[in-house]
Amino acid sequence: MGELPQVVRGFGTTFVTMFKHVNTEQYPEAKDKFPPKPRFHGRHQLNRHPDGLEKCVGCELCAWACPADAIYVEGADNNDIARFSPGERYGRVYQINYLRCIFCGLCIEACPTRALTMTHDFELADNGREKLIFEKADLLAPMLPGMLKPPHAMAPGTTAKDYYEGTVRGATPEQIADAEAQANPEPVVIEGVVFLDSEVTQ
Amino acid sequence: MTATIPVPADSSPPPVDGVSITVDGVPMTVPKGTMIIRAAEQIGVEVPRFCDHPLLDPVAACRMCLVEIEGQGKPQPACAVAASEGMSVKTQRTSEMAELAQRGVMEFLLINHPLDCPVCDKGGECPLQNQAMEHGRSESRFDLEKRHFDKPINLSAQILLDRERCVSCARCTRFSEQIAGDPLIELFERGSKQQVGIAEDRPFDSYFSGNTVQVCPVGALTSSQYRFRSRPFDLVSVPTVCEHCSSGCGLRTDVRRSTVLRRLAWDTPEVNEEWNCDKGRFAFAHAATPEFDTPLVRGDDGILHAATWPEALERVAEGLADARGRSAVLTGGRLTLEDSLAYSKFARAVLGTDDVDFRARPHSTEEADFLASVVAGSGLGVTYDQLENAPVVVLAGLDPEEESPIVFLRLRKAARKRQLPIASIAAWATPGLGKMFGTLLPTAPGAEGEALSALARGGDTLGSDGRRIAALLNEPGAVILVGERLATCTGALSAAAALAHTTGARLAWIPRRAGERGAVEAGLLPGLLPGGRSLADAQSRAEVAAAWGVSVDDLPTKVGREVDAIVEAARAGAYNALVVAGVDPFDTRRPDDVIAALEAVPFLVSIEVRPSAVTEFADVVLPVSTITQRAGTFVDWEGRTRVFGQVFRTSLALTDARVLAMIADELDRPVGRQDVAGMRKEAAALAPSGSGRREVPSVAASSVSASSGQAVVSTWHHLLDEGTLQRGDDDLAATARTAVARVSAATARAAGLTDFVTLSTDAGSLDLPVVVTDMPDGVVWLPTNSHNSNVRRVLGVDHGAIVSLASGGGA
Ligand code: SF4
Ligand code: SF4
Ligand code: SF4
Ligand code: SF4
Ligand code: FES
Repeated sequence: MGELPQVVRGFGTTFVTMFKHVNTEQYPEAKDKFPPKPRFHGRHQLNRHPDGLEKCVGCELCAWACPADAIYVEGADNNDIARFSPGERYGRVYQINYLRCIFCGLCIEACPTRALTMTHDFELADNGREKLIFEKADLLAPMLPGMLKPPHAMAPGTTAKDYYEGTVRGATPEQIADAEAQANPEPVVIEGVVFLDSEVTQ
Repeated sequence: MTATIPVPADSSPPPVDGVSITVDGVPMTVPKGTMIIRAAEQIGVEVPRFCDHPLLDPVAACRMCLVEIEGQGKPQPACAVAASEGMSVKTQRTSEMAELAQRGVMEFLLINHPLDCPVCDKGGECPLQNQAMEHGRSESRFDLEKRHFDKPINLSAQILLDRERCVSCARCTRFSEQIAGDPLIELFERGSKQQVGIAEDRPFDSYFSGNTVQVCPVGALTSSQYRFRSRPFDLVSVPTVCEHCSSGCGLRTDVRRSTVLRRLAWDTPEVNEEWNCDKGRFAFAHAATPEFDTPLVRGDDGILHAATWPEALERVAEGLADARGRSAVLTGGRLTLEDSLAYSKFARAVLGTDDVDFRARPHSTEEADFLASVVAGSGLGVTYDQLENAPVVVLAGLDPEEESPIVFLRLRKAARKRQLPIASIAAWATPGLGKMFGTLLPTAPGAEGEALSALARGGDTLGSDGRRIAALLNEPGAVILVGERLATCTGALSAAAALAHTTGARLAWIPRRAGERGAVEAGLLPGLLPGGRSLADAQSRAEVAAAWGVSVDDLPTKVGREVDAIVEAARAGAYNALVVAGVDPFDTRRPDDVIAALEAVPFLVSIEVRPSAVTEFADVVLPVSTITQRAGTFVDWEGRTRVFGQVFRTSLALTDARVLAMIADELDRPVGRQDVAGMRKEAAALAPSGSGRREVPSVAASSVSASSGQAVVSTWHHLLDEGTLQRGDDDLAATARTAVARVSAATARAAGLTDFVTLSTDAGSLDLPVVVTDMPDGVVWLPTNSHNSNVRRVLGVDHGAIVSLASGGGA
């Protein structure tokens, strides 16, 4: 047998490969075909109680646990005017810097309230550094049916413990009424000057 | 680090009886009365503890510190058992009994503890967390319901209590009762219901309430200011010195991301021990309020415009060009020693004027002479320690609780521990005097000088109390403390100096503001040069000129004017320019005159941190750094230099001294770079040499008396009031004392006063609730600058002036 020219032998390899099994997946077209594994560590989420109040208490334990110093938290007092979580304390500022995060998951292990969990969202590329610092609004879980957007009061007659034990199942009519009242403050009249409620209490 | 003030040699403490004991087999000798827990610390053994605090009386309330003492069947609390001869102590390190006892106590303590560390402020710096890790079980055996209380409850606007977390150690209650003398909180109930509480109608409005938050070994007490704002690992701590008064407290300033979040008392045994007051702890918003971003220059349109530094400096140089000898410098109480020295030099060497004065408050020539002769250059004089060990302390025109709280705490400590006799020359017995178990020598405003002279004569006219105090004053170590307001009582400071001279008692001046003693040392008074030197003295002038690196001929020779005279002269057009720094016109005796002077002067430079009443009239505003942006030194009332570091080290804001150096360069009269290190070197070079001390004043005492329908004003500041540096701290302000007017029963009757009184002068009137008080007739007392009671701003008068009284309608 005479030697085939090299170029033909090269095309031969190509030709044979055409009939082999293909391992490549098309992204993003076929990304739903292979969802991440259940325990995949993706973007974080700040969960809510069933009535919409936030689970995060601003304790900073996640920030403390983080080996990459990716989390920044500032707590604050819940008060009667603005309640974001059950109990005394909530996370007023919450940031995760995805330029630093290594997705190790130590933060979600540290979280005492299960406020912080990780989702399967891994599409975390962007074209600006500041866009990769996620704020609380970017991380908060979506509102599900039965939830009411905080700030609003706790379910009547409950304590923070009831929330942790799971006895609160969704926003009650009282909470809904309360939230509506907060959204449309009644004008308060003091010595003939009309203020909105929020201005008086500030 | 250098200091102008020489430190005297330590006097060695008297020998004490020692007892020999062994702790964990280590033999040692400790002074008699030493608690075992302290002895163990000496060999580095830390017995766990909650209630124990070295500055509080032992109570053995928490039982955490149990140790084994040989020969005793049961474990004993190490914090409350004093070492005795031959005692052999075994701590948890060598005794199983002690170990077991401590583990048991820890388990009991945790039974009712909510363990809500994630929402607790103490988390991360909590003695309970730490000691539970070391001496507790890793798993709880308690699975029943814990006790519950509503949480948190307000003890005051500033202090919140979470009773679930309390371990009933009684540190807070003991602090309030023993140290502050404000027993407003108390432990109630027994057993698991035991809790800290307040009387329903009396909030925990103590000037020292913040200390309880610091000493609470758990997160039961929190401050509304710091609650939930941070964790210890977020904070960068910088040792600082308080800028609010002349007590000189060492503080720790905690910063998170360029924001000051809290301040704590720093352990400074020779000054504030481990305490401070709520003003120093909570009033720091002033340093965070917006400052000037750039220099401002007034344009032809009469409006201040932002300018660059070179533009502003050029404008200043133009304005000051023809001001040599025709200008004055007014500074306030905020300046550090370094800055005061810079102003002193700037006025004399650059502006060629001696019209310079730091006393933006009521003052007198007698006071200037007193400060120059008795205070300036006197070094570390009476100390806190000497106060504590004095045979008697006489307070003249000074209410330490309101004006210098750490002096108050020391005096109370001595009065409580060793019955130090304290006498106050004032119009009425203030709560503070009561807490120091002091004696009032009732004195109408203006008569302070006479009262001091009477003490020098053996207390003749002052009754038996006066005679007793006068006799004690002759004992070695007796102390006379004079306050700021004596400046307004003619002859009083002379009389105080004379009294000290006659009796051999030591004399100390306690100003209110942190920068005042430093200003005196820096020579910010007419006729006074740094280190107590005198402008009139040739050798003094030579020394100072040498230290400043200028020719003696550059210094003025004519003794200058004081604040009031400067104000008059400015209104009369005697100046081409005025340099003003840190002055609030409303602190002065006649704010209207000061404002008129600012308006009248052709060229006004304001060197300031943030907009003030001076800004409006300034031709150029040069911004300087806030207290957190600069390093510096305060000289406390003792004469002790209190050096502090820069909290925000990356700040580019300039100190007053640097700004003055730049102006001097622009004027072609360079004075050097004047950075902090340079100014400290200069301070060292200007240390007192003893040359040119001025004569002690001897002004005859005179007194004021009021005719019917009138009264003599007695007034001083409340610690918490409407001072500039306390703006923006609302919860703190809510714990301030309410302003009332105090008169004697006879005065009230004569003027027909019932519930309210209207006090009036030509300038204005104040309406205040009346409290009938045991005090001299024809006198009315009211706080100087409290809400509804701004004596200088509204009435335009001060201590010792006459006002009209009329029954008021109520506000
Ligand atoms: S996943 Fe790891 S690196 Fe990322 S925020 Fe959490 S602790 Fe930090
Ligand atoms: S996410 Fe969890 S750990 Fe982090 S601050 Fe909130 S409650 Fe604490
Ligand atoms: S509140 Fe704190 S300091 Fe006071 S008794 Fe309770 S634990 Fe002790
Ligand atoms: S006593 Fe004076 S120096 Fe000390 S914290 Fe209070 S205001 Fe500051
Ligand atoms: S520390 Fe000794 S009993 Fe509390």
